[in-house]
This record gives sequence, C-alpha cells and structure tokens, in this order.
Amino acid sequence: MSKVSAAGVEFREMDELAAQESAIHALHPLIKLLVTLAYIIVVVSFPKYALSGLSVMVLYPILIFQASGIPVRTCFHKLRVVMPLVCAVGLLNPFFDRVPLLYLGNLAVSGGVISMITLMLKGIFSLMASFLLVATTKMDALCAALRKLHIPSILVTLLLLTYRYIAVMIEEISIMTDAYHLRAPGQKGIHISAWGSFLGQLLLRSMDRADELYQSMQLRGFCGNFYYADSTPCTLGAAMYGVLWVGAFLLARCFDLPLLLGNLFL
Amino acid sequence: MIRFEQVSFAYEKDAPVLQELTFDIGEGEAVGLIGANGAGKSTLMKILLGLLPYEGTVTVDGMRVEKKNLAEIRKKLGFVLQDSDNQMFMPTVYEDMMFAPRNYGLSKEEAEQRVDRTLEELGLMDLKHRYNHKISGGEKRMAAIATILAMEPQVILMDEPSTALDPVNRRTVIRTINDLTMTKLIASHDLDMILDTCDRVILLSHGCLAADGPAEQILRDQKLLEANRMELPFCLAGPQRQR
Repeated sequence: MSKVSAAGVEFREMDELAAQESAIHALHPLIKLLVTLAYIIVVVSFPKYALSGLSVMVLYPILIFQASGIPVRTCFHKLRVVMPLVCAVGLLNPFFDRVPLLYLGNLAVSGGVISMITLMLKGIFSLMASFLLVATTKMDALCAALRKLHIPSILVTLLLLTYRYIAVMIEEISIMTDAYHLRAPGQKGIHISAWGSFLGQLLLRSMDRADELYQSMQLRGFCGNFYYADSTPCTLGAAMYGVLWVGAFLLARCFDLPLLLGNLFL
Repeated sequence: MIRFEQVSFAYEKDAPVLQELTFDIGEGEAVGLIGANGAGKSTLMKILLGLLPYEGTVTVDGMRVEKKNLAEIRKKLGFVLQDSDNQMFMPTVYEDMMFAPRNYGLSKEEAEQRVDRTLEELGLMDLKHRYNHKISGGEKRMAAIATILAMEPQVILMDEPSTALDPVNRRTVIRTINDLTMTKLIASHDLDMILDTCDRVILLSHGCLAADGPAEQILRDQKLLEANRMELPFCLAGPQRQR
C-alpha cells in the first residue's frame, strides 16, 4: 500500500474509533464538547511556571483513555506529525530565561526550562483532549452539538465538508500518484516539473468530487441542519458528568493540588 | 409525473447540450434514457433534480422545477449517482441510509424501521453496520440504491447503474430495479440492461430527442441505433456481430 493510501486508511480509522461503544462514546456530544473546551481553556490558562499545578491535568486524558478503551499509543501515533511541532514551541525559552527557579539537588533548573516544559505539556494535553473528543464522537454528532451552541450553520457545514473533503483529497492524491508512478517507474516522489500540473489537476478533480458529494447531500434533504445526527437526549447523568469535570478543572486551576498533597507529608 | 416542455440547456453559448426537448413520463413507467457520450443524459437528469438552470418548463408531479419547489421535488426524486463513492459519504451503510429519512423529519425510530425494511427487502441486512470504505464495488452499488430507496421516493433516477459491476452483481441490480414499482428513469449505455428493465426508451442525440417509444422496438432498430453511435444489445445482436 502506498503512503497516501495508508494515510487514507488511517484517516478513516478515526470514524471507526468514534463508532466504538463505551460509556464515553455514549455521552451526549454537547457535554463532551463543553468538557473538552473547558479542559483546554483551563490548561492554557495556567501560568508559565505552574508546572506542578498543570501536571495534575494529565488525569483527565488518562481517565478518558481508560474509560473509552482507546489506546494511548493510537493517540500518539496519529498525532506524530503535529506533536513535535507543539513540543518545539517553547524550545528557545531556556536561552532567554536563565534565572534559576528551583534546585534538584545541586542542579539548578531555570525558569526557561520550566516554562518550556509547561508550554509543551499545555500543547500535549490540549491535543490529547481534542483527539479524545474526535475519537469518541462522530463528526456529524459533533457538528450537531456545535449547531446547538448556535455556531452559524455555514461555519459548521464548512467544518463538516472540510472533514469529508480531506478523505476525498487523499483518495484523489492516491489515484494520481499511482497513475504517475506507473508511468515513471523507479522515480521517487513526483518530479518538480510536474508539481504545477499535479496540484492543478488535484484541485480540479477533488473540487468536482466534493461538488458531487455536496449535491448528493442536498438531494437527500441536507440544508445545513443536522437532524440526522441527533443523538440521545442529554440525560441528568451526562450533565452531572460535565459539571463534575468542569468543577475538577477549576479546582485544579485554583489550587496547586500536588503541592497541597505534598505539604500533607511534610 | 414528469414533464419536459421545450427544455434547452447550454454550458456555453452556441454549444447547446439539450435542445427543445419535450416528453412526458407517466406514473409507474420504467424509462430508459440512452444516447452516445455527450448526448445529454446526465445533464437531463441534473436539470430534473434542479441542479442546473434551464430554459423551458420541467415539472414533477405538477410542480415546476424551480428554487422555491426544490425541497418538495427532491423529496419525490431519488437519484442514484454513477459513482457510489460520491453517494456514500457517511461512515457506515446504516448512517448513510438514515441520512435522508432523518433530514425529511422522520423520528429516529421511524427512520430505523424504514432502513431495516429496505435492507430486508433487498437482502442486504449483513451490510447494515459495515463501513462504506470496506465494502466491495458491487455491495456499494447495492447500498447506494438502498440509501435512495430508504427515502421512499416516487421516482427513482439512476445514472449508469450497471457500470463496473461483475455479471452477478449486475444481475442483482437488474433484479432489484425490476422489483421496484415506482417511476424509473435509467440512463445507461448498457442496452441489455435497459431492455431487461425498461418498457420505454428515450434516445437522445446531440441534445435532441432522436426517438421515443417502446424499448423492444427501439432497441431492435439497428439502423437507428447505429445512426446514433450505438449498437444492438448483445442479446439481440446474435453471433454475427462484427468484432
């Protein structure tokens, strides 16, 4: 299988993950969306040196991974391209902020190193939470939840079509690269001289397909509303789940829980 | 049920694709739409579905095909696309089949009943929870037909329903089409299939109506077919057909 085809298969695996059955999958999409948003906002709001306070936020993804049955390695595998970029965000901090903030034995740890690690963790946690949301919620249900939050229909439809468009693009790239390599044996990648026409053709072909796909949706009654994706009604249990998590996030944000816990033993 | 009156259409000026087409299709009729490549078959279907602007008058069940009526008209028309990949956009067959009934206001339970009934009738229950990207071309075509039948349309339009199917799957599609009682309009180059499924044939040539009549009569008319870049169906051609 070519790399592009493999990418297509991997992309579609997200739909399969979202279709699994677990307590988390069964939760109302709107609750999951709100909890994820709250988590990301709280994580991002930690001060740059609040490493110990932030570290407790790892509990949320760990518990959700456990409850949803989604393997952690799947998350890191699928995010392998974007994860290094997120981690690279604070790489220069140790060079600019050299004031020692704590000592591990004789080793002084500067504020730059701590803020770098904090930034990395913020990025990683946010990515993990977003991944967990998409891996436990079907895209159409997610779009329906966004509509319930009164996000304009056009934006939500755009999100849905972009998601579908990625799959269409990958398929077209796969067909075109296969066709290219069958007539350019032994050549690695696409020769630079063909890049322009390749990209142009890709755009035209995928636009045609995306157009047909959208027409197919329209012909079956789609007009920007997601009636078909309405899930089970939001239960009291689901609402409690949301309230408890948001409460826990706020607690973690307002109090340095690891520090408080550590002080108990001193 | 369907009426075309002096319908013309052109993608570019001075290059008409359809020219003053006039014909009627009655309720329950099975009509084959044939013609060479570029004759205007797909364009005609798109006009009927309100996907292209046109000159003249097209009506479906007495309603003119125009913007204000599109939602009501599209409820009555089910269109099976030539490429099932473009039709099956939801992750699973079940979700795809639920799409239209839910959009048209059926409750989840009602839509589910309809989906089950359709799958049962077509003998496709085993496909219900399969992923669209993991089923074969033949299964996908049958599933695409099922998604449209779950809408319970009054008219079914099919664009090349038998392309890229092996003989067994092709036969299954033909059997399924024959079992449908609603009005059918089938565009295809597969004249054997048209002969098997349609009572009437409309032959298009350069956007004009070249012939309109009983399928048996038109599909046996070798001169007419050859004059329009077509050949007799294999089942009628006999062993003397030149290679």
